[in-house]
Amino acid sequence: MGTSLDIKIKRANKVYHAGPIQIINSTIEMVKPGKFPSGKTEIPFEFPLHVKGNKVLYETYHGVFVNIQYTLRCDMRRSLLAKDLTKTCEFIVHSAPQKGKLTPSPVDFTITPETLQNVRERALLPKFLIRGHLNSTNCVITQPLTGELLVESSEAAIRSIELQLVRVETCGCAEGYARDATEIQNIQIADGDVCRSLSVPIYMVFPRLFTCPTLETTNFKVEFEVNVVVLLHPDHLITENFPLKLCRT
Amino acid sequence: MAVFPWHSRGRNYKAEFASCRLEAVPLEFGDYHPLKPITVTESKTKKVSRKGSTSSTSSSSSSSVVDPLSSVLDGTDPLSMFAATADPAATDSSRKRRDRDENSVVGSDFEPWASKRGEILTRYTTTEKLSINLFMGSEKGKGTATSAMSEKVRTRLEELDDFEEGSQKELLNLTQQDYVNRIEELNQSLKDAWASDQKVKALKIVIQCSKLLSDTSVIQFYPSKFVLITDILDTFGKLVHERISSLCVDHRSVLPDHFSPENVNDTAKETCLNWFFKIASIRELIPRFYVEASILKCNKFLSKTGISECLPRLTCMIRGIGDPLVSVYARAYLCRVGMEVAPHLKESLNKNFFDFLLTFKQIHGDTVQNQLVVQGVELPSYLPLYSPAMDWIFQCISYHAPEALLTEMMERCKKLGNNALLLNSVMSAFRAEFIATRSMDFIGMIKECDESGFPKHLLFRSLGLNLALADPPEGDRLQILNEAWKVITKLKNPQKREVNTVLADVIKHMTPDRAFEDSYPQLQSIIKKVIAHFHDFSVLFSVEKFLPFLDMFQKESVRVEVCKCIMEVFIKHQQEPTKDPVILNALLHVCKTMHDSVNALTLEDEKRMLAYLINGFIKMVSFGRDFEQQLSFYVEARSMFCNLEPVLVQLIHSVNRLAMETRKVMKGNHSRKTAAFVRACVAYCFITIPSLVGIFTRLNLYLHSGQVALANQCLSQADAFFKAAISLIPEVPKMINIDGKMRPSESFLLEFLCNFFSTLLIVPDHPEHGVLFLVRELLNVIQDYTWEDNSDDKIRIYTCVLHLLSAMSQETYLYHIDKVDSNDSLYGGDTKFLAENNKLCETVMAQILEHLKTLAKDEALKRQSSLGLSFFNSILAHGDLRNNRLNQLSVNLWHLAQRHGCADTRTMVKTLEYIKKRSKHPDMGHLTELALRLPLQTRT
Repeated sequence: MGTSLDIKIKRANKVYHAGPIQIINSTIEMVKPGKFPSGKTEIPFEFPLHVKGNKVLYETYHGVFVNIQYTLRCDMRRSLLAKDLTKTCEFIVHSAPQKGKLTPSPVDFTITPETLQNVRERALLPKFLIRGHLNSTNCVITQPLTGELLVESSEAAIRSIELQLVRVETCGCAEGYARDATEIQNIQIADGDVCRSLSVPIYMVFPRLFTCPTLETTNFKVEFEVNVVVLLHPDHLITENFPLKLCRT
Repeated sequence: MAVFPWHSRGRNYKAEFASCRLEAVPLEFGDYHPLKPITVTESKTKKVSRKGSTSSTSSSSSSSVVDPLSSVLDGTDPLSMFAATADPAATDSSRKRRDRDENSVVGSDFEPWASKRGEILTRYTTTEKLSINLFMGSEKGKGTATSAMSEKVRTRLEELDDFEEGSQKELLNLTQQDYVNRIEELNQSLKDAWASDQKVKALKIVIQCSKLLSDTSVIQFYPSKFVLITDILDTFGKLVHERISSLCVDHRSVLPDHFSPENVNDTAKETCLNWFFKIASIRELIPRFYVEASILKCNKFLSKTGISECLPRLTCMIRGIGDPLVSVYARAYLCRVGMEVAPHLKESLNKNFFDFLLTFKQIHGDTVQNQLVVQGVELPSYLPLYSPAMDWIFQCISYHAPEALLTEMMERCKKLGNNALLLNSVMSAFRAEFIATRSMDFIGMIKECDESGFPKHLLFRSLGLNLALADPPEGDRLQILNEAWKVITKLKNPQKREVNTVLADVIKHMTPDRAFEDSYPQLQSIIKKVIAHFHDFSVLFSVEKFLPFLDMFQKESVRVEVCKCIMEVFIKHQQEPTKDPVILNALLHVCKTMHDSVNALTLEDEKRMLAYLINGFIKMVSFGRDFEQQLSFYVEARSMFCNLEPVLVQLIHSVNRLAMETRKVMKGNHSRKTAAFVRACVAYCFITIPSLVGIFTRLNLYLHSGQVALANQCLSQADAFFKAAISLIPEVPKMINIDGKMRPSESFLLEFLCNFFSTLLIVPDHPEHGVLFLVRELLNVIQDYTWEDNSDDKIRIYTCVLHLLSAMSQETYLYHIDKVDSNDSLYGGDTKFLAENNKLCETVMAQILEHLKTLAKDEALKRQSSLGLSFFNSILAHGDLRNNRLNQLSVNLWHLAQRHGCADTRTMVKTLEYIKKRSKHPDMGHLTELALRLPLQTRT
């Protein structure tokens, strides 16, 4: 007769305030030694996440270099004649909302051929004037990124205007540090030759699985940036970069 | 088998009738009678409980007996139920609810989108080839691929974009119909995917479809494409909403109509949120907009303010759509879902309108102009593409909008250059009264419009449509008319003189170069408007230019369509029969046109329709007491409508009716003149019937006309009709076509012959022919007719003949025709006549017995039994059983019926009971003895 072990986690209804411990390693005994009746036995359990030392309990995060993962393992020790059983499963940690009010940090921007860097032949660029603003670069992760963009003039027809959300992971190691930027979302906010002098809204919802609050530790960093990308006819690509700071409130 | 003699039972029809009749009893006021109307005397319905539990009491019938109809209804008849809900308290609360709903539900005075759909689809068509591009997955070859996208993300998005793994579909060179079919297939695969729980695939399909709306190639088709694709979006929106609603329903509770987000459980909220997150990550603007708009309603699950926050955001989002046509349709869609879900949120509607005005200048910008050049589309045909969307937006805005807002809108439109397009939509969407009172302003604006952009005649058309609905100020009318004239003539006013002028002017404009050939739909619409206003056809046809106007419809199909419209209206509105020569002439002309369109290729339905319309006209023609004029009208009609059989049939009936009318007027005593007239009528029928095709139509008409002739004392003519009918019978085919199906004709023949026999009873014999010559002739025909094998119909007919002959041998017949002496008075019971009659009976009986004998085969025993019993019953009813041989024959038949155990015991028992009962009557004593000789066989 086979015996199997299963862990089910219900939706968390409690927020665990974690103390400053670097790695969690708590163990609890769920049942005292004894004998289970045959059939299905369900054992409810609950325990606080006590963190060791003076480190932070980071949010669950799956990135390229950085992975923050929390697993739960259940071991069932059995008599000599039967093998011990083990089962693991991942659970997600959302950190407690950060205290204090988020201070909005609006940014105004103007893009013209003159403001651009990394231009090979500036003379070949058609003339344009694009202005806009982001309501805040300090963002609440559950709230959309908002702002406005206005094409005041453009010689060339506009093909598309997009918002590109980029995640930057930096990892410290012996030889210095490694840095990797990944596009995690691209949202088109204008399609075709938009009306001049009519503001187009900037609006982007942060994707749930690919973002987390901006994280900066001694060993690694997870940061986010947004690029405003303007594509002009026939084949010009203009990008303006804005670093973001994400947090959870 | 020996020959049995026939002896008819003598009948006293009067006495029999009196003995069978029920006694009439006068009804007291309070008595119950099933046909007495139910009167509600009292109704106390306290509360109509929901699930059929009967806590309601109501007595609703004046009768003391329970009315079976009302008892079915749980004791509450529907009317008193209405009465109960209409008690003051109830109305009060329901009114309150209605008041609250007023804001969240659009009233029935709002013209729904559904009614616009069809019009758009028929108006915006193309003959150019279309393409559906359903991949966008690997965008390697496409310039629009965003270079800003990293490889990894692209793969991830590809998965979302491709709706079937590895499927890349670009369908080129589709005709419009192919395109429509393809979209319909997508709609179906969306439903299938959803039904099979492939929610992601469903979403992919919707995204792919909405993407098609960013494609403006073959721009003339864009409005129709919009209609087709938003249908899919509607389907999707509905599916998602239903799904989330179903999640809200815990096992017990049902989600109320007006739920608040607090009633929604976490699973439902989470699922809903998931949809919104998924949609928020759609890369392209247009699909993201459309898909989110399609599930706008689902915001209700999340928060109370969801929709009111979402609508302005989506409105702003449209600003990102560069192409003005694509963007105005996106606005129309948003207004549509907005009106459905939250019609009280007017600000967004207005915002959409103002945003549209801001982008209006784009139409004349380079991007659009270049596109038009590439596609070879002129501005005057491009601008009308905006109309459906703008009309819709304007309609949403102007719905229950205050006058001030409309005025403001109008002012804003005025400020923009080349506002013809806007003007047109304002006129199409705003209230007709609003437009009508400002007609002069509008005419002024129309005059100022740039001729090159939007076609001016369309503007006047829109204005005219309004004026047809609402009257402009009295004083302005003439001026409006004059102003409109100068430009073009589309203005309608239901006054004879004006209409005449309009028609004359249209004719003047359309005739050169046969311009009317290009404008049939418009001309048709003019005619429809005109006849919709003129219900008095004598006035209509006295409009001088009406008939010349009709003459412009030179293409036959269109001409016939117009004629049909006219006739439909005539039939609908003409109350009194008419003899007005103007109407008759004109309508005869119209009907003739319809009739002449019939050819070998005309469909049956079409013919039926035309015949119906022409018959409707014929029935409405009456010259009162001038019967001769009436007949000559029928003569003329016959020559005109000879190709439509139903019309000829109608004419024959009409003429027969005319003859009977004459008889009525003369009270049965024809003068020399009227006798000649009815003979003319009879002759009309006689020569018309042979031109018909339907064999039973002819037979029945012969019989019917013969009866009419007989009633009018035209004896030889009646004989002619009956002879014609008899000589036609051999031509009856075995199978006839009924409603497109082949059916055996025998049952129809049987029915006809029985009917015929009843008439023959009273037809007097011709002095120069032998006794009963019509019956003999008919018997010969029946004898020679090829009957179906295995059918007993011939014998059934013979049995009927036996009944007829028995009836004929009576001293006084069952019925007579006034002023016609039937055989009973002609022969006065002459023995020679009776002998002839009996001889015929014997022949017929011999035939019947012969047939019974041939049925003595295994497979036919059942038929033998039932036929034997039926013959037995005939003898019982009509024969004189005091005659020994007849008596013996009946006993034999009784045995025959039971011999092989095929008889139905119950029928036999009943028959025997009947005989015993009859034997108690006076003069029926001999039946007692007969009953003793009829044993009942018990089944073993």
